[in-house]
Amino acid sequence: MNMIDPERGKSPLGLDGPEPSRASAARVSITAAYTWRGRVRLAGADLFETWRLWPLVWTLSVLDIRLRYRGSLLGPFWLTLSTAVMVASIGFLYAKLFHQNLDAYLPFLSISLVLWTFISTITAEGCVCFTQAESMIRAMRMPLSLHAARVVLRNIFVLGHNLVVIVFVFAIFRIVPSAAAFSVVPALGLWAIDATAISLMLGTIGARFRDIPPIIGSIVQIAFYVTPVMWNPAMLAHRGLSHALVQFNPFYALLEIVRGPLLGHALDASSWTVALAYSALLVALAGGLFAVSRPRIAYWV
Amino acid sequence: MANLALDQVCVSFPLYHGESRSLKKTMFAVASGRLGEDRKRRLVVEALRNVGFSLRSGDRLGLVGPNGAGKTTLLRTMAGIYEPARGSILIDGAVTALLDPGQGMNFELTGRENIRLRGLFNGLHDGQIKQLQDDVAAFAGLDQFLELPVRTYSSGMVVRLGFALATAIKPQILLMDEWLLAGDAAFLDKARQRLETMVRGAEILVLSSHSADIILQWCNRVIWIEAGQVIADGAPEDILSAYLPADQYSAARGAMAVKG
Repeated sequence: MNMIDPERGKSPLGLDGPEPSRASAARVSITAAYTWRGRVRLAGADLFETWRLWPLVWTLSVLDIRLRYRGSLLGPFWLTLSTAVMVASIGFLYAKLFHQNLDAYLPFLSISLVLWTFISTITAEGCVCFTQAESMIRAMRMPLSLHAARVVLRNIFVLGHNLVVIVFVFAIFRIVPSAAAFSVVPALGLWAIDATAISLMLGTIGARFRDIPPIIGSIVQIAFYVTPVMWNPAMLAHRGLSHALVQFNPFYALLEIVRGPLLGHALDASSWTVALAYSALLVALAGGLFAVSRPRIAYWV
Repeated sequence: MANLALDQVCVSFPLYHGESRSLKKTMFAVASGRLGEDRKRRLVVEALRNVGFSLRSGDRLGLVGPNGAGKTTLLRTMAGIYEPARGSILIDGAVTALLDPGQGMNFELTGRENIRLRGLFNGLHDGQIKQLQDDVAAFAGLDQFLELPVRTYSSGMVVRLGFALATAIKPQILLMDEWLLAGDAAFLDKARQRLETMVRGAEILVLSSHSADIILQWCNRVIWIEAGQVIADGAPEDILSAYLPADQYSAARGAMAVKG
């Protein structure tokens, strides 16, 4: 028998001794918490555990993507290809419809569509992040935020594949982003934080109410049409339409802090302000909901 | 030193069957001002009621009780999966829970990938994971199947993989449900040997079983639960003689005598 024999002095894995694993050897105290402080402490511990199990989150996300394309010829590059096809077809069609110059419209559209794909998949997959991990949740104690982090990281990988399309479009039209483009780095950081918050929040609600995913799907669909994703606010400025849809639209602010600098616009303070304000609100809501509902999620899934 | 203490633990399952689970019903209830009533009327199964006991290193606890008494729920609660509605639990030590054969595996992934995930969960590094994969493959006898998705395995193979995986990393606290003791005879023998070494190594064992001779053989303490409450707690002989009909108890004693 080649198990790790506890009776033996040294195990082949070097796993003997009092701590066979860092992950579960810790002292865990679970108290039904009635106070806010207790709930927040346990939710914080949950998030910290996810942070510590980072290699697991990474591998789960990679395997998710590999699994989706297992046996296909191009593998994950189907993501890149299908986005390229979408950008090209919509780009040529809408440039005609909106009477736009392709040189300006296609770079704009490629960034918008790639970013919007991220938003719509995060909201759709975030809703089911806990219900889909049901068997894992019931088999062992693991931090619940890990399942939300897995959805986020998986979609960041997808985003990475789609960025290739943007790079191609920029190369074709010879666009060189200005120095302001460096602000894309903190902007994408903010996106990652928001994506985690939205997955945690929608995942929790989706575990309790099973009709959340289609509702969220419809809302995101409407948001897609009213937000300047396909159309540029400048196109409709003469009709006075865009102002209301732009000024307080969280999606527009979030898109603009990434899209603007890449298209060579200067840093836009008002977009950043709106984006940060909505993000703070989202994080607070998601954190509060997760702290309250976390102990019940295992019962709901 | 491992410790496991439960204090006044209550666990209840809300029953959201079909419609009451939906947002629609909740919305209508709010609109008609009947949410409060709905909340009170919410059906709840009280799976555990005021369960309290503590275990120290060296304790080998057997759980007995009829089907639906709350044995598996109690194991899940001790593993920290279900957090109690009231009361508290203190888990001091590495826990492995052998609750169901699937063990949270992803059936679309290959055996090797599932083992890798478990290794990462336990904070192992790459070298150790490789070792773990070889170890599990050899014990479960899955060599060439390790590269195939788990969904292509027979149910017996899934049990073997789950068992090998869960027992390859030595826990301090081992929680076991009785599914383990199903399997083909050859594997069962191998599994028993492995479990026995493991049980000797684990500081705390909690075993839920309907098989009296296994409990007599492995446990030094038995808790009898019924309808989510602890009915009795004490030495295996005392509890089992009260719990089992006289003829079954003497049969189990007889089986022990033959083995011992």
